[in-house]
Amino acid sequence: MANGVMTQTQYIPYLAQKGLKSWILTTDHKRIGILYLVTISFFFMIAGITALGMRYELMTPELDFFRTATEYNIAFTLHGSLMVFFFIVPGIAASFGNFLIPLMIGARDVAFPRINLLSFWIYLVGTAILLSALAQPADTGWTFYTPYSIQTGTKVIMITLGVFVLGFSSILTGMNFIVTIHKLRAPGMTWARLPLFIWASYATAILQLLATPVVGITLLLLIAERAFDIGFFDPAKGGDPILFQNFFWFYSHPAVYIMVIPAFGIISEIIPVFARKPIFGYKAIAYSSFAIAIISFFVWLHHMFVSGISETAAAIFSFLTMLVAIPTAIKVFNWTATLYKGSIDFHSSMLYALSFIVLFTVGGLTGVYLGALAVDVHLHDTYFIVAHMHYVMIGGTVMGFFGALHFWYQKWFGKVFNELIAKAAWFLIFVGFNVTFFPQFFMGFQGMPRRYATYPEEYISYHSLSTYGSWILGLGILIMTINLLIPLWKKGRPESSNPYGSLSLEWQVPSPPPHENFEEIPTVTDWTYAYGKK
Amino acid sequence: MSSTAEHAESHAHGHGLGEAVTHNAAKLGMWLFLGTEILLFGGLFAAYALFRAKFPDLFYDSHKKLDVTLGGINTIVLIFSSFTMALAVSAAQKRNRKWLMILLSVTFICGAAFGVNKYFEYSAKFHHHIYPETNIFFALYFMMTGLHMLHVFVGMGIIFALIIMAKQGKFKEGNRYTPVEVGGLYWHLVDLIWIYLFPLLYLIG
Repeated sequence: MANGVMTQTQYIPYLAQKGLKSWILTTDHKRIGILYLVTISFFFMIAGITALGMRYELMTPELDFFRTATEYNIAFTLHGSLMVFFFIVPGIAASFGNFLIPLMIGARDVAFPRINLLSFWIYLVGTAILLSALAQPADTGWTFYTPYSIQTGTKVIMITLGVFVLGFSSILTGMNFIVTIHKLRAPGMTWARLPLFIWASYATAILQLLATPVVGITLLLLIAERAFDIGFFDPAKGGDPILFQNFFWFYSHPAVYIMVIPAFGIISEIIPVFARKPIFGYKAIAYSSFAIAIISFFVWLHHMFVSGISETAAAIFSFLTMLVAIPTAIKVFNWTATLYKGSIDFHSSMLYALSFIVLFTVGGLTGVYLGALAVDVHLHDTYFIVAHMHYVMIGGTVMGFFGALHFWYQKWFGKVFNELIAKAAWFLIFVGFNVTFFPQFFMGFQGMPRRYATYPEEYISYHSLSTYGSWILGLGILIMTINLLIPLWKKGRPESSNPYGSLSLEWQVPSPPPHENFEEIPTVTDWTYAYGKK
Repeated sequence: MSSTAEHAESHAHGHGLGEAVTHNAAKLGMWLFLGTEILLFGGLFAAYALFRAKFPDLFYDSHKKLDVTLGGINTIVLIFSSFTMALAVSAAQKRNRKWLMILLSVTFICGAAFGVNKYFEYSAKFHHHIYPETNIFFALYFMMTGLHMLHVFVGMGIIFALIIMAKQGKFKEGNRYTPVEVGGLYWHLVDLIWIYLFPLLYLIG
């Protein structure tokens, strides 16, 4: 460092300050990360319970748990929109992104700490609007497709307004992260030395900036359509209901990668630490995030293969869709190559990372199936899609999220959880997840459509198996949550500030980190993944 | 990029970020945000292109009901306000507080004049029973100009805050004029969007 004068200050962990005010007015990125973590976990629980309700309904072919089919429709709308917009889109990006980005690049905070807090408040306003909408929930599904979303008697405006407001939060967070990564890297932290989670967060932030405004205007138009009857999506007035789908998927397909790219980053951090090997193909992993981000803007029509688009357009979009598989596969191969001849430690976070690779590959490959035109026409709107989507979202993002929770838990909270229980919970989650969703591939293939509360007798064995699986999955998540919550009320700190021997900057500070992260901004001399050299 | 050098310099001053880093960060942040604003309007422009290609006659007939004179005056007012805003940034850089406040105030008044003008335009439309639901053209007209008007109001709020800050003498030293420059960027975008809206809506040939 330029100024060699060490000013030895007393170590005060960032969690030392107590009281409500120290939380809601905080500009500390680590605390804001916790605020997001708590909020998204809350919505994850609500949406998860809704899903358990839906699965319980589907145990038998008749309508027995919900009173009407509309109630079931409301349940899946809630489940989808909460999970997508309130948990998984802001999920890893806002919680772990906030906590990790400044620590990993050697900065004291994000570039705009106050805007960071503002983003969280805007997120809260969005959730408040959404919660108020729960009194009369919508039944449109999380995609709010026109013309049904214009015609339904349920309240669509509130829930879309909530999602619109969330968009602002997402844009501000993305902007903040890009500027932080550009301007606040510590001396010596060159682009080629950046941890891969930072590369992933950067690609995610670009997607957030480019895609969110488009869904913003789409939802605004939907609100105007309902409030002022403007007719953009109404064929009777010369409008075009398919236009809504185009707009919606122009955002929502890139949004899929907003949800999953941060998880790619997390896997790239966990695997080299527990394989004790330098990450294989650093540049390929870093750049493939951007390749995915770019291609993801040109595939949205694959959600609309059965909406009457031209055959040429369908063929082009089918090709582009399959193209996304290449950068994604590059990542999977590189992670596998990192494991090769590594000395692997099966820490709970590593178990989640490994299950990510397996489950995400299933999700990704079934995505290629669905990208093929003829197959898609057969499988469109069946449980095959539901299974594919959940293999990507739970098998991918949620596994990455749980892995991150276990990996950075000590650093973030300065506590230690019970590793044996964590492994047991992982086992239940892994088994439960597969029992729930694997049968759905088969029933989808046999023609079971999604979004129905009742079904013909012949699907009963698949459906009931899936429901049993959901109980195992739910139990696993419950045990995991309790295991992670209990240590927070216990006294004591972890023995080591770097128990897994990571070389990344965030592990070089005490657990939990002090208020401004680094006593002195470090100078970086090597890349983050030089395992095995020392 | 010289960010590393800036960084080293900034941390020599202790825990705060250096002025150069803050200034560049704020500008980059605003540019990124402006990009998202263009994409927000981009959805409306896409809808415009689609519907105009579909209903050329409807667009031609409906646009005749708009008041080109009022729209033209508003265009001149906004372009002029962009000019005064640019001068205001220059005054801030020269730490000329008096001119900074005058120029910001003129910009603010231009924004207000634009709003008043627009109020008369909207009222005239409502008087002739033209509403967003009248047809697709007017739906686009009200959505686009309405969303733009909202941005004018936000911009006026920013300029008002800048006037207060200038009055308190916040832009006196160093690079502290950053807020003026960033606010100016926003105002230019508001102006720029209108420059596209005016011919698209008022001057259909």
